[in-house]
Amino acid sequence: MTISLHVNGQAHDLDADPDMPLLWALRDLLGLTGTRYGCGEAHCGACTVHLDGRAVRACVTPLGRAAGRRVLTIEGLSPDGRHPLQAAWVELAVPQCGFCQAGQIMCAAALLAANPRPSDAEIDRSLAGNLCRCGTYTRIRAAVKKAAGTGGGP
Amino acid sequence: MTRDLSRRGFLAGLGLAAGGLAIGVRGGRAFLIADARAAPGDAALAPNPFVHVAPDGTVTIVCHRSEMGQGVRSTLPALIGEELGADPSRIRVVQAVGDRRYGDQNTDGSTTMRRGHYEELRTAGATARVLLVAAAARRLRVREATLVARDHAVHHAASKRSIGFGALVAAAARLPVPPPGKVTLRPVAELTRLAGDLPLLDAPAHVDGSAVFAADVRLPGMLTAVIARPPVLGGTVATLDDRAARAVPGVRDVLRLPAPSGPPRFQPLGGVAVLADHPWAALRGRAALAITWDHGAHAGWNAAADRAALAAAVAAPGKVVRAVGELDRALAGADRVVRADYHVPYLAHAPMEPPAAVARVDGGRCEVWACTQNPQSGRAEVARALGLDERDVTVHVTLLGGGFGRKSKPDFLAEAALLARAAGAPVRVQWTRDDDLRHGYYHSSCAQHLAAGLDARGKVVGWLHRTAFPSIATTFAPGVTHGGDGELAQGILDLALDVPAVRCEVGAATAHARIGWLRSVHNINHGFAIGSFIDELAAATGRDPRELWLELVGPPRLVTPADAGVASNPNYGESLDRHPVDAGRLRDVIERVTARADWSAARARGRALGLAAHRSFVAYVGVVVSVVHDRSRRGPPVRADEVWITIDAGRVVNRDRVRSQMEGAVIFGLGLALHGEITARDGQIEQASFRDYPLLRLPEAPRAIHVEIVDSDRPPAGVGEPGVPPVAPALCNAVFALTGTRVRALPLARASLPAAPMAMPAPT
Ligand code: FES
Ligand code: FES
Repeated sequence: MTISLHVNGQAHDLDADPDMPLLWALRDLLGLTGTRYGCGEAHCGACTVHLDGRAVRACVTPLGRAAGRRVLTIEGLSPDGRHPLQAAWVELAVPQCGFCQAGQIMCAAALLAANPRPSDAEIDRSLAGNLCRCGTYTRIRAAVKKAAGTGGGP
Repeated sequence: MTRDLSRRGFLAGLGLAAGGLAIGVRGGRAFLIADARAAPGDAALAPNPFVHVAPDGTVTIVCHRSEMGQGVRSTLPALIGEELGADPSRIRVVQAVGDRRYGDQNTDGSTTMRRGHYEELRTAGATARVLLVAAAARRLRVREATLVARDHAVHHAASKRSIGFGALVAAAARLPVPPPGKVTLRPVAELTRLAGDLPLLDAPAHVDGSAVFAADVRLPGMLTAVIARPPVLGGTVATLDDRAARAVPGVRDVLRLPAPSGPPRFQPLGGVAVLADHPWAALRGRAALAITWDHGAHAGWNAAADRAALAAAVAAPGKVVRAVGELDRALAGADRVVRADYHVPYLAHAPMEPPAAVARVDGGRCEVWACTQNPQSGRAEVARALGLDERDVTVHVTLLGGGFGRKSKPDFLAEAALLARAAGAPVRVQWTRDDDLRHGYYHSSCAQHLAAGLDARGKVVGWLHRTAFPSIATTFAPGVTHGGDGELAQGILDLALDVPAVRCEVGAATAHARIGWLRSVHNINHGFAIGSFIDELAAATGRDPRELWLELVGPPRLVTPADAGVASNPNYGESLDRHPVDAGRLRDVIERVTARADWSAARARGRALGLAAHRSFVAYVGVVVSVVHDRSRRGPPVRADEVWITIDAGRVVNRDRVRSQMEGAVIFGLGLALHGEITARDGQIEQASFRDYPLLRLPEAPRAIHVEIVDSDRPPAGVGEPGVPPVAPALCNAVFALTGTRVRALPLARASLPAAPMAMPAPT
């Protein structure tokens, strides 16, 4: 079955099962590997992308549900890797292994788009579904606040 | 893939230009790679290059260690580059394949900067510098002592002449390498960039998604495999009906993996693999397999009985491994004896990136790309599984999405290799999260019994510590019944204790799963029990825990094996001359961390603080945790709101990455203390997702983690692991301060804590 997908501003026609999770279509059919697999069951957030501007878990989003809607992945977040969140992430040296970080940033980007000056509690709540086994949480909080212009120096 | 042992083979394999200056090190001695054949002993052990300067001046640093979040790919180029005098913008980093000619590549045991590696890496950079300076001296006809290497050039100040590194390479590569001892390292003050925070070179690739982890590697014609592994260790397939699986669109093949034999070691577990065009088809195919299993010898393993057996093992005397004075007499004559039993469950590593490997088999050769902490053991295991010579196996190391010890076990590399050969196509093996949790190399569960005799004034006059845990050695050899010295030296044989009578014993324990090492290993268990027990003794005697810690550690002194009452102290592979057991350094981190946390005043104000300290991987760490009541979430009604951690790891290279390792260790330690628990039922691991095996989440993370790195010029110690052990006991001690409930069995989520504040002052 042909599914039309709009990813990072580009249209793709995919011949795929509409039940296939968006995660695998992005990673294995389109080669957009910045969206990571961490659990496949919406428990970790490593696969977070935007669907029409809202953060979703690509691992439990069937391709059929994404069809015809705007999908944004980490590769499309900014043309040059200088989205304020990306810049803050580099400046505060947030990543350790880095595996969770694309998902963290995509989740934070959706938060800031909806709520440009989130409180600590709002940041915690929005990113509660994004695990980081390396334990970069305190730097994640600081980087979100830095990008939002609400503090967060090193 | 390269089998060429010549210089050109090395260099081409790393993408290095010919005609450059390539320096390797081995055993503290540097070599020009052109001189590889002159290296002592086995030619196969000739050094591989660590630093290469190309004729265009590009400096390449070969990163022989795996990057898993500790920042080694940023640290090595800074350390070697500073010693060389290179411009950071002209340094590039290439990742080494697994090859014994790099020496130890096992990124494990917090070893990258210790065991002499710090000096070796600097020697590589210094040797290149010395040769470039010597070449410049000849060119300029001046004495070497009048020259300075800095900013990618050699400068002669008196005549204001400079020559760039690139222009000196050809001449430098023809000069003899100075013998060991003749290469002078720079004074540390000259390594100016190391005094500040080094940039994190991989950060841009992490934030734009371009970083390449194992599952991101693509080969033409590659199939993706997921594997149904025996649910019980040692189980085998009894019957298999794969018709439904083969009918799933995209599934290409269903293959059986050979059953392992003997101890688990690093062998694949066996089972049935579904190979497909993409992971979705492979996952659906696996779900459609109808398999019945012969569960084998471990099908009777159950969590409650396992725990009872461990507890029984420490209820009676065990094998004595440490003895000072007359403990029985000391306890009999004590004013009172305090006893406590502790339990730590099995734990899983759960790196965010589950294991994955891509393999291609081509005739008699195999090439693997994997998120491995140890490409050398990966190479050996793949060679064993395929019946190949190691030289015909190449293991490329991708970035690791966390390792924590799991990825130093290369079973998943061998799975990919076996399947690639059987399928006649490149194969990526993808572990799912439930695979990762159910088929791990688990951190050993541990029961401990501690007893202390107190005199009338509350002074500890006798100390008994019994431990029992399935040994890691059970994974590698049959008939292992007790933990070994290397395991007991993790907090028991090496504890500085100023008590006149001490006895430590180890009890027997049986393994029913693959037991492995997890970040800080048995120090988690021993640090928890010791750190909790000292707090219990303080509570029992009405003393400030800080004062009791300092009293028990005793005055500043070096504790020899004889003082400790042990036959020997393996000491993490370090000599006791270079890395003694230093009670003064343990005291120092206790004093520093409590000072920074304002321990006495904050406690007086009613703040619930807990303290613990621990020496591991020859580093010293003190931790203070503050907890508050928090019923905003499900789970334990307490939260660590602020944490102080002080590490003395000797000389550190990358301060920011040491800080981030401490932050990560705090989160890792809080996570295991609050939630970590792997259990078995009928031989099968019960946890299969992050719902069953929760990790710490952002709302549970402290508001602040204050890291202090002790300024020191002592030899570098470990960093990646030592932050973890004191966290769980400090947390539980703070919980005691807050609630009056003593948690002796982890995880804390299982403890019943009072739902409402007791008659304790509200936290400030
Ligand atoms: S992979 Fe989607 S939430 Fe974990
Ligand atoms: S940085 Fe490693 S999991 Fe978050």
